[in-house]
Amino acid sequence: MIVGGGGHGLGTAYYLAAEHGLTNIAVVEKGWIGGGNTGRNTTIIRSNYLFDESIAIYEHALKLWEGLSQALNYNVMYSPRGVMMLAHSVHDTQMLKRIMHADRANGVDNEWLTPEEAKAYCPPLEIGTHLRYPVLGATLQRRGGTARHDAVAWGYARAADALGVDILENCEVTGIRRGAGGAVEALETTRGLIRTPRVGVVAAGNSSVVMGLAGVRLPLESFPLQALVSEPVKPVFPCVVMSNAIHAYISQSDKGELVIGAGTDAYNSYTQRGALHVDLHTLEAICELFPAFRRLRMLRNWGGIVDVTVDRSPIVGKTPVPGLYLNCGWGTGGFKATPGSAHVFAWTMAKDEPHPYAAPFSLERFRDGAMIDEAAAAGVSH
Amino acid sequence: MLLIPCPYCGERPEIEFSYSGQAHLVRPPRPAELSDEAWSEYLYVRDNPRGRHAERWRHLRGCGRFFNAIRDTTTDRIAVTYRMGEPPP
Ligand SMILES: Cc1cc2nc3c(=O)[nH]c(=O)nc-3n(C[C@H](O)[C@H](O)[C@H](O)COP(=O)(O)OP(=O)(O)OC[C@H]3O[C@@H](n4cnc5c(N)ncnc54)[C@H](O)[C@@H]3O)c2cc1C
Ligand SMILES: [Zn+2]
Repeated sequence: MIVGGGGHGLGTAYYLAAEHGLTNIAVVEKGWIGGGNTGRNTTIIRSNYLFDESIAIYEHALKLWEGLSQALNYNVMYSPRGVMMLAHSVHDTQMLKRIMHADRANGVDNEWLTPEEAKAYCPPLEIGTHLRYPVLGATLQRRGGTARHDAVAWGYARAADALGVDILENCEVTGIRRGAGGAVEALETTRGLIRTPRVGVVAAGNSSVVMGLAGVRLPLESFPLQALVSEPVKPVFPCVVMSNAIHAYISQSDKGELVIGAGTDAYNSYTQRGALHVDLHTLEAICELFPAFRRLRMLRNWGGIVDVTVDRSPIVGKTPVPGLYLNCGWGTGGFKATPGSAHVFAWTMAKDEPHPYAAPFSLERFRDGAMIDEAAAAGVSH
Repeated sequence: MLLIPCPYCGERPEIEFSYSGQAHLVRPPRPAELSDEAWSEYLYVRDNPRGRHAERWRHLRGCGRFFNAIRDTTTDRIAVTYRMGEPPP
C-alpha cells in the first residue's frame, strides 16, 4: 500500500509494478491524485545541488526526466530550457561557484555566466548597476528546466494502472494497525480496512500526521509555500531564473502565464493558503529584476503544505516500524526529484533495504548527526 | 497576514513579529547523559500537529519581548497569547 497519490507515491507504485514485478499494489489518496504539492508547485527541475549525496539522487531523477515521456507513453512536457541562479553579492558568487564546482566534480553540468551572458540567455533580465541587488553573475544548468505537473501525476497513474495497480481516490488513511510484534498489519481508511504487510507513506505536508498514526515522530514541520501566476502573455521568458538571495523565481508556462514562486509563511500550518505579504515580497524582487513585467496583472495565487526537515533534505527509507517505509521531507523542492525519489523508494520497499542513493537520507541521520545540510547551500531550494 | 495580540502591546500585524516554533521545549539538564535518540528528539523532532499548537513568538519590531501563543494550525486562528513562564492555558 502506498499512502499519498502525489507524483512520488504514484511513481513509487509504477516502479514497484514496472521494475519489481509487484502488481498487488494500491495507492490511497485522501483527495484527488496530484491535488497536493504535485499540482501546486512551480515545476522547476535541476540537479545542481551542493553535496555529493544530493547531487546523486537529484541527478538520478534528472536522467529519468530525460526519458520519462517515452517510458510512460505520456507527454510530461519536460522542457530543458535551462535554470539560471543569480548572484547578487560576493557571498552569493562564492557560494554559487562552490556549488558549480561541486557539480562539475560529480560530472553534472553547471556553468558560470557573466552578467552580459546571463542577459543574452534571458533578455528580460535587468543587469544594470543601479539595481539595489545588482546581478554579479549566474550559474546555468542547461539540462534543468520545467515539466507539466499534472501530466506527471497522470502519466504515472495511467502507466501504473495499466500494470494492474489500484488507485483509490477520496480515501483517507485514518489509522495504521500494528500486530503484536509491532509490524504493520492493516490500514484503516475512510473507505474501510485494508490488510497489508507493507506500507509506504508518501504524504508530503501531512507526513507527521500520517506517521503519527503509527506512533512515529518526525524531525520536520509543515509550512505553507505559495506560488502565483500572471495573466497569459506571448512567449517572453525563455528559461527559469532563480534568485535565492532576494527570493524570486520565475518561468513561463506553455499557456503563457508567468509562473512565480513565493516564500513560505514563518509559522507551521496546514491551511494550504499563505499570507499576501509573502507574495508581495517576491513580486518586489521580480519587478526589480524584470522591469518589463511591472504592469502585468497577477491572476491567482495558491499555497501548498511543504514538509521541511531541519537540514532541508528528504527522508527516504525504512522506519523503526517493521513493514512501514517513509518518503517525505522534500519540502519546497521535491517536484524535480519525483522520478528519482519514486524509483529508489520502490527499490527500497521491494528489497526491504535502502537503495544506495536513498541510504544517506535515512531517518537515523538525525540521531547520528549525519546531516546533508542543503539548507546552507541554497537558502531556498526549489 | 495575522493580527497577533502581543501580551504587552496588544494587536499588531504579523510582520512586526518573529516566530520561533514549538513552545515549552525544555533543554535537558545533562545532555551528555542522554542517549543519541533522546538528544535528537530534543533538537529536531517536533509535534507538527494538525490543530492546537503552543508556539513561541517575539515582538521583534515592537517591544522586543518573547511570549507564547496557542494557534490552530488548520485555521491559523490564535486562541490566546500568554507570557513567558506561564503554563499553556
Ligand atoms: C508553491 C510550491 C512551489 C514549489 N515549487 C517547486 C519547484 O519549483 N520545484 C520543485 O522541485 N519542487 C517544488 N515544490 C515542492 C514539490 O511540490 C513537492 O516536494 C513535491 O511535489 C512533493 O510530491 P509528493 O508526491 O511527495 O507530495 P504531494 O503531491 O503533496 O502528495 C502527497 C499526497 O498525500 C495525500 N495524503 C495526505 N494525507 C493523507 C492520508 N491521511 N490519506 C491518504 N492520502 C493522504 C495528499 O492528499 C497528497 O495528494 C513546490 C511546492 C509548492 C507548494
Ligand atoms: Zn509587544
